[in-house]
Amino acid sequence: MRDAFIAELSALAEQDPSVVLITGDLGFGVLTDFAARFPDQFVNAGVAEQNMTGLACGLALEGHKVYTYSIGNFTTLRCLEQLRNDVCYHEANVTAVAVGGGFSYGQLGMSHFATEDLAILRALPGMTVIAPSDAWETRLLTRQMAALPGGKYLRLDKGAAGLPETPEDVTLGKIRQIRGGGDITLVTIGAILFEALAAADALAARGIAARILSVHTLKPLDAAPLLAAARETGAMLTVEEHSVVGGLAGAVAEACLLGGVAPKRFGAIGLADCYPTIVGDQNYLRTAYGMDAAAIERAALALMQGKEA
Amino acid sequence: MTAPLANAIDTRRLAHAIRRHAVEMTHLGKSSHVGSVLSLADILGVLYGRVLALDPTAPKWPERDRFILSKGHAGAGVYAALAERGFMPVEQLRTHYQNGSKLSGHVSHKGVPGVEFSTGSLGHGLSVGAGMALAAKRQSKPFRVFVVLSDGECDEGSNWEAILFAAHHRLDNLVVAVDYNKIQSLAPVSETLALEPFADKWRAFGWHVAEVDGHDHDALLAALDVPSGARGKPSMVICHTVKGKGVSFMENQVLWHYRTPQGDEYRTACAELDAAKGQADA
Repeated sequence: MRDAFIAELSALAEQDPSVVLITGDLGFGVLTDFAARFPDQFVNAGVAEQNMTGLACGLALEGHKVYTYSIGNFTTLRCLEQLRNDVCYHEANVTAVAVGGGFSYGQLGMSHFATEDLAILRALPGMTVIAPSDAWETRLLTRQMAALPGGKYLRLDKGAAGLPETPEDVTLGKIRQIRGGGDITLVTIGAILFEALAAADALAARGIAARILSVHTLKPLDAAPLLAAARETGAMLTVEEHSVVGGLAGAVAEACLLGGVAPKRFGAIGLADCYPTIVGDQNYLRTAYGMDAAAIERAALALMQGKEA
Repeated sequence: MTAPLANAIDTRRLAHAIRRHAVEMTHLGKSSHVGSVLSLADILGVLYGRVLALDPTAPKWPERDRFILSKGHAGAGVYAALAERGFMPVEQLRTHYQNGSKLSGHVSHKGVPGVEFSTGSLGHGLSVGAGMALAAKRQSKPFRVFVVLSDGECDEGSNWEAILFAAHHRLDNLVVAVDYNKIQSLAPVSETLALEPFADKWRAFGWHVAEVDGHDHDALLAALDVPSGARGKPSMVICHTVKGKGVSFMENQVLWHYRTPQGDEYRTACAELDAAKGQADA
């Protein structure tokens, strides 16, 4: 996803000299080509994310389209107030790009786990929140995001859903239906869609048809497919590599209840309200913290049987 | 660059007007920070009266100089300066702090022509100003960027990130002034987090540093009106000021960071400011 983003950003930078990429001194090897090709559109702001975000806002208010780039929480939580007061309040065209969504940097420890970012960023008025599920989808969404004004957040993941390219299915602001099904709906965000697909296969083997909705745009949220799923399927289970507090689960529950269609049953797969204290690769941690395909399958079965997910 | 707004007005009269408005606004709004506005008034008078290239008929005029008040709690001073310079009716100042007003306690640009940037949380303005200065460089535009910090605000680490950045990128179209009144929210700066040797710190970070009496208009004008590109490095003007300047019982008093002038305090403050203006006019 990271390379796909840079490739698409390079294409944008070539067409538009107002595109500027600012890194917080990260991206070894990844940004080298961009920096060489577009030296006037590249800034290494050093390990100083508050300043990086403030100056991104200043550049944007003077007509630039600015991307800030770093790992996980460094473009978001470290400089949250700059995103809130400077970028969002001033409607500045700044995209905060975080590589390492969820457990992407699973061996690096909790400082590098992005597991509250979606909840926090979606609470900012005017902030667009995007989390693609595959590299090809990242390219499409990067291009679509470039046409939007204001503050934007792009969460990139080391994993991938592994689905074939269907560009006609990807529209920013629209939920992507991956599979049809009437028994239960799995609502996912980001590359953990991979686990939901495997869980749906396992459920299918049991004769359970799971609808899968991929929410690459968490904000603004496309409520209609969620309301339809709440009406048409027997249960809804959200799946996110993120805290269960306030992220996808919260957004989906809010959309359904505010839309007047309560899901018949509702469950949330994600990180319980805690900080992980062990490390491992992304797959290991998904299993350890109960968000792999087997955990999704178990939760789906329990939910359909009326038990707590 | 020729500014649409004539920049040859009497900056002392403007500074007096800013002080007078600030006392009235904080009185009517029962609001804080009058001492912070009074220490800043001469800096604002010189900037808005002589230095900044502005156009009240076209507040977003692309060639304007950018001004960011990073010490947003003194926003009443900016509103007063803008009103005096024709960006809004002077009568609108009386809405400051009132229910439904656009003139918030901390300076905000929403619906207020002439406010370049909204602040209030300290440590934001300098980074944004650095971004604007970098943009001017990239676009070969002649405008300058002015940022005013408070002394207490220099506790914020984000400023020091920006100070490093501006020097590294030789942003010689960026002029920063510190309203160094030596008193922050609860106590003197020297007893809270000492800044001295303050000028040496900025010099060591690669800035051009001038130190002036922040109430001496000739000295302020000479130090602040730096043409873009003149020095090859960003400029810092340490303005030695007196908190509460112009009202005897407010001067150098921590109390007047938050206290609001009421009753006799209000009447005496107005009388002192008017008497000083009368003397100057005579």
